Amino acid sequence: MFSSALMKRAGALAIAAALLPLSAAVAPSPSFAETQTFSKQGDPTPVKDEDGKYFDKNGAPTYKIQPDGTVDWFTYSGYRRYHAECHVCHGPDGMGSTYAPALIDSLKTLDFDHFQEVVVGGRQNVGGGNEKVMPSFGLNKNVMCYLDDIYVYLRARSDGALGRARPAKRENKSPATAEAEKACLGE
Amino acid sequence: MRRVVMVTAVAACSAFFGARAMANEGVLKLTQDPNQWVLQTGDYANTRHSKLKQINADNVGKLQAAWTFSTGVLRGHEGSPLVVGDTMYVHTPFPNIVYALDLNNEGRIIWKYEPKQDPNVIPVMCCDTVNRGLAYADGKIFLHQADTKVVALDAKTGKVLWSAVNGDPKKGETNTATVMPVGDKLLVGISGGEFGVRCHMTAYDMNSGKQVWRAYSMGPDNEILFDPEKTTSLGKPVGKDSSLKTWQGDQWKIGGGCTWGWYSYDPDTKTVYYGSGNPSTWNPAQRPGDNKWSMTIFARDADSGMAKWVYQMTPHDQWDYDGINEMILVDQEIDGKKRPLLVHFDRNGFAYTLDRKTGEVLLAEKYDPAVNWATKVDLDKNSPTYGRPLVVEKYSTQANGEDVNTTGVCPAALGTKDQQPASFSPQTGLFYVPTNHVCMDYEPFHVSYTPGQPYVGATLSMFPAPNSHGGMGNFIAWDARKGKIVWSNPEQFSVWSGALSTDGGIVFYGTLEGYLKAVDAKTGKELYRFKTPSGIIGNVMTYTHKGKQYVAVLSGVGGWAGIGLAAGLTDPNAGLGAVGGYSALSNYTALGGQLTVFALPD
Repeated sequence: MFSSALMKRAGALAIAAALLPLSAAVAPSPSFAETQTFSKQGDPTPVKDEDGKYFDKNGAPTYKIQPDGTVDWFTYSGYRRYHAECHVCHGPDGMGSTYAPALIDSLKTLDFDHFQEVVVGGRQNVGGGNEKVMPSFGLNKNVMCYLDDIYVYLRARSDGALGRARPAKRENKSPATAEAEKACLGE
Repeated sequence: MRRVVMVTAVAACSAFFGARAMANEGVLKLTQDPNQWVLQTGDYANTRHSKLKQINADNVGKLQAAWTFSTGVLRGHEGSPLVVGDTMYVHTPFPNIVYALDLNNEGRIIWKYEPKQDPNVIPVMCCDTVNRGLAYADGKIFLHQADTKVVALDAKTGKVLWSAVNGDPKKGETNTATVMPVGDKLLVGISGGEFGVRCHMTAYDMNSGKQVWRAYSMGPDNEILFDPEKTTSLGKPVGKDSSLKTWQGDQWKIGGGCTWGWYSYDPDTKTVYYGSGNPSTWNPAQRPGDNKWSMTIFARDADSGMAKWVYQMTPHDQWDYDGINEMILVDQEIDGKKRPLLVHFDRNGFAYTLDRKTGEVLLAEKYDPAVNWATKVDLDKNSPTYGRPLVVEKYSTQANGEDVNTTGVCPAALGTKDQQPASFSPQTGLFYVPTNHVCMDYEPFHVSYTPGQPYVGATLSMFPAPNSHGGMGNFIAWDARKGKIVWSNPEQFSVWSGALSTDGGIVFYGTLEGYLKAVDAKTGKELYRFKTPSGIIGNVMTYTHKGKQYVAVLSGVGGWAGIGLAAGLTDPNAGLGAVGGYSALSNYTALGGQLTVFALPD
């Protein structure tokens, strides 16, 4: 269910992004000077569990990592999706590359809404001999159906709650999640 | 002076007689003159060897930076400059600026060409906005831009003589490769294997830019330019629908097989050679079959594009081992018989020695002992698996299936060698090969196709080859007659720079930390190193000006190498007690875009 709701939301955003003039998509570069305890994301403690998907008190998706290192399904799924769709530019484990920023830093200043906006609409920072362009992923189901997953993974990385290695133990995918995934992919 | 006269004479002949045979002769002659460097590959055979020997094993230790030039762009700089007569031509990554520099006037800029390209092409390019350089023929400089526009510039003025559009970036079609002028044609490849592009090799008329032929890597016989009776594979005709039969349904239409590597040419038989890349997607379970002709060496007639022979190295790829690396054409004695050879160091970790006339595979051996995904390539002509790699089940991402993490596969997706070209020295009879020494975990999963969007479907993590020297690369000397490593220099990072060997008995290459190194061709002993301003992923070249030999290389870290290595790789099994956290390249070098030219002190 969450997934179709997400797609509706994502679709609306995609249209919104398309209508925006180019300049509006170019958000100012995040500053690295901010030093909040949990950065822009706020307290990651889950207060709600929907079929193995966790939410913080602000209603944003969050991770749940147990003392033995077991991660929730979405953190694990986000790890996989990130390393398929994002890492060819943003580097392994959200650490950045020679031409795209480290998302473990970006998430210290980007909240969930802004994160979605950038992924859906893209972002451009051209000129100065170092052209940086992020494409719009609004139409890409392999990204849009896993937006929460990727966010949750990067949130855990950004907070320092999850290391660079592949999560060793994870919760299983719930039947509801599998269902929602299918519906989102249109299969 | 002599050279200027020759170039002019060639141009005049071409104009007078019509370009067909003469242009070919022109480039051929220029590549035989070691004072100039007119193709990225040095010559048609892709040997990257120079007969120059003013700089040699005895004096290379005294080499100095003679002059430098900043390109104004801070992205990965692949390829090398060209030198034609007294002019040097330097290219950059996106936005693909071209500079003509006057060697008679301390590198003053004669002209500059900067195309206007939509920045939206940038994120469609896999792995940075590199460009592997220009080519010269017949008074023209050829540039193949990131957005797939092919441009012919007047070498004297930079004026656009013609342009042609080779693909559509909105569908994920882009370019990073150089072009190859052959006869009266310009051979042009295309990228987009991570976007489900069906890739091709296209020939344009060198004088008008008109398309002459286009050969897809997969599809119906008339679109891949195969003659079912005459085109052979492993000595036998391929038969009807040789590609279509190896795909499920219409999947060949988004099949990949991109042609973003290097192209070589044998003027004696008028044959062009090149390799095709990975089949799309990276999830093998989603595309059953051998996926022909991805991962294939092609031998095609330069005039018609018809395929003479093909050899698929990695049928049904499960690891992203693109077959696009250079095909080096040499004549060497093998088993007591002089044969026309094609030597190819594939991403899959095997070095292949083929007879380039027949396509027979004479030898296929691992050029890094770490390679483990296959035990060997079956060269028994009576075997049902003749010509195929014998895949180790444990490392088969197909056998292990979707959603299973296959661990410890060597080499990693970037291959034992990526596009960074090797050199061949006729002096030693050896090949000098820049290599990666990196392994991976690979987990394929279901992915859906949207035109113009990435179509990948696998999660990868890479790490230095375990139980080895701890570094991520080697620079090796290889004997292609025996299939053996002669010497191997360990490197801390992957060697991502094209090699140059010379008659001075030395070999040059660059490193990701930014060193230009010269080593003894016989022993590998390091004779010289100089740290340039940024990591080197460009290729080393050499030329003379006013009788003095120079060596030049572009610095500017980036490309595939700039992704994983920038932040350093970790061992995914670090949690199990192995050593984790390898050194990050970002601790050694930073972005740059600079040409450094070296010479001996006067």
